[in-house]
Amino acid sequence: MAAAELPDDTLAGKGRPPGPLAEFWHYFSANGGAVAGLVLIALLFLGSILAGFVAPHDPAEQFRDHILSPPVWQAGGSGSFLLGTDAVGRDILSRLVFGARYSLLIGSIVVSLSLCLGVVLGLLAGYAGGIVETIILRLMDILMSIPALLLAIVVVAILGPGLINAMIAVALVSLPGYTRLTRAAVLAEIRRDYVVASQVVGAGHLRLMFMVILPNCAAPLIVQASLGFSDAILNTAALGFLGLGAQPPASEWGTMLADSREFVLRAWWVVTFPGLAILLTVLAFNLLGDGLRDALDPKLKRS
Amino acid sequence: MLSFIVRRLAILVPTFLGVTFVAFILIRLVPGDPIEMMAGERGVDPARHAMLMTQYGLDRPLVVQYGIFLGHVLSGNLGQSVVTKQPVLTEFLSLFPATVELSLAAMLLAILVGLPAGILAAVKRGTPLDHLVMGASLTGYSMPIFWWALLLIIVFSGMLGWTPVSGRIDLLYYFDQPTGFMLIDSLLSDEPVDAFLSALSHLALPAIALATIPMAIIARQTRSAMLEVLSEDYVRTARAKGLSPLRVVGLHALRNALIPVITVIGLQLGTLFSGAILTETIFAWPGIGKWLIEAIGRRDYPAVQGGLLLIAVTVMLVNLAIDLLYGLVNPRIRHGG
Repeated sequence: MAAAELPDDTLAGKGRPPGPLAEFWHYFSANGGAVAGLVLIALLFLGSILAGFVAPHDPAEQFRDHILSPPVWQAGGSGSFLLGTDAVGRDILSRLVFGARYSLLIGSIVVSLSLCLGVVLGLLAGYAGGIVETIILRLMDILMSIPALLLAIVVVAILGPGLINAMIAVALVSLPGYTRLTRAAVLAEIRRDYVVASQVVGAGHLRLMFMVILPNCAAPLIVQASLGFSDAILNTAALGFLGLGAQPPASEWGTMLADSREFVLRAWWVVTFPGLAILLTVLAFNLLGDGLRDALDPKLKRS
Repeated sequence: MLSFIVRRLAILVPTFLGVTFVAFILIRLVPGDPIEMMAGERGVDPARHAMLMTQYGLDRPLVVQYGIFLGHVLSGNLGQSVVTKQPVLTEFLSLFPATVELSLAAMLLAILVGLPAGILAAVKRGTPLDHLVMGASLTGYSMPIFWWALLLIIVFSGMLGWTPVSGRIDLLYYFDQPTGFMLIDSLLSDEPVDAFLSALSHLALPAIALATIPMAIIARQTRSAMLEVLSEDYVRTARAKGLSPLRVVGLHALRNALIPVITVIGLQLGTLFSGAILTETIFAWPGIGKWLIEAIGRRDYPAVQGGLLLIAVTVMLVNLAIDLLYGLVNPRIRHGG
């Protein structure tokens, strides 16, 4: 009885095992790179939501007196255009801030699309086995035998260039990764006692697949989804760069790079900053993914 | 070994059929039918349209059309480019060596830098050197290579003026190309030294740009494979025997760490080609990637279809070759599964 009256921060409180979230944070926060990635991603989200307040100018406004004005620290730079202006006098910093919206939206939509479809296909393949599994795996083999960017390019060429079609194409090429990962996780879980127990109690197929098995396959999928963000952003930016993604005057970062290609030897800032934005965003998601993998993988935890 | 080869080939057949079907069906998903596509913006009158539909067999059931297409593919007929009127296979083969040369140079560079960097990081685990290699590797892995290529141009062509911006060789040099590999053909020309140096300076930047991602992945994979192997008993035994660290790492550990690394190198092929599309476009490198992008821009669908098919088959065949090689080296794989 006496123990129950002790306040939480005494021995009795410390002896309680930490909750799963606290345990996760303990391992995750030990990884400096992962935390840095998370902070950068949080800043990006914040910046893109508040883009209207953060950006000094309208991203589409053309300042005719300041065409190809260099960044502020270089001779001839202007204080009102911190990172300079592009070939039609638009403020690069403002376009980058608004461009973050595109990248995060692209990442979210592409990952949701391919994750949902991939999880369903992977669950079906692993759970049903037999002919269903063979068909799904062969389909994924076919998708994987065509280089990702090439397949995306061809799909966009057929659907027509544009941001939506580019996202569909990129989601399609990242499908095999999620499907195969889910199937492998399902195969590892399906013979476990808790699955058999649920089956004995009378759980239906759908319940077994989505409520019993799927939650226990979540860890690798979360990691893959985080890394999938970077692939989605990179591939969609590549399509934008090739003129097949978001169309000008959209301030999508890949499209901005495509617009500025001809100035590559005359105005380095027009080319440098959009690419740097892509690199930092992708790097942040990769750092986050690596951190999640380390924190969620029980094998690595003990070592 | 023979049954292993047969098994691998058997798996390839449905994938090959699937890829041909994808290539066949994709072109039919394009708005408008193939005749309108070939006619372009001029258009055709309905009577001639119907005649052409019959002539090309486009009025038959889709399954029959696919059968005919497959027959043509298997006999090496991939159709004609709408723009140049050349057979697609001929165009592909004439540009293929340029892409292979670029890809091989990039892969070689990636291995020559990535492998030692990974070994060094593993041996010096936890030191600043390790962090440097891993940091560089993560950055390389996250790099948008179309931007990286532009940066290389800004620095090495723009500021330093060391390298040309585009093409495979100076227009000054003109010679026969028996191998299609510019580095080799230039050595066989009348001015071997100058021509070779010109070809090399054209190759340098595209190869560096294309090598970046595989290099990062190879360094990462080598490091983790080495770390695993270095903690094995036989490595400790080798050390206890008094062998020099160089011998232990270079001979005993590396040989076993290389197995997963080789797999990863093989898996980079598709990524390498994706990268080649971007690299070739930026450096105006006259290879398959640039050709395909231009074909898409000109709506030259037979070229896109044939190119897609040929690239997929090339990737499949190289993967098969790596698989077989792997089975040859590692008996556990050959006999399992």
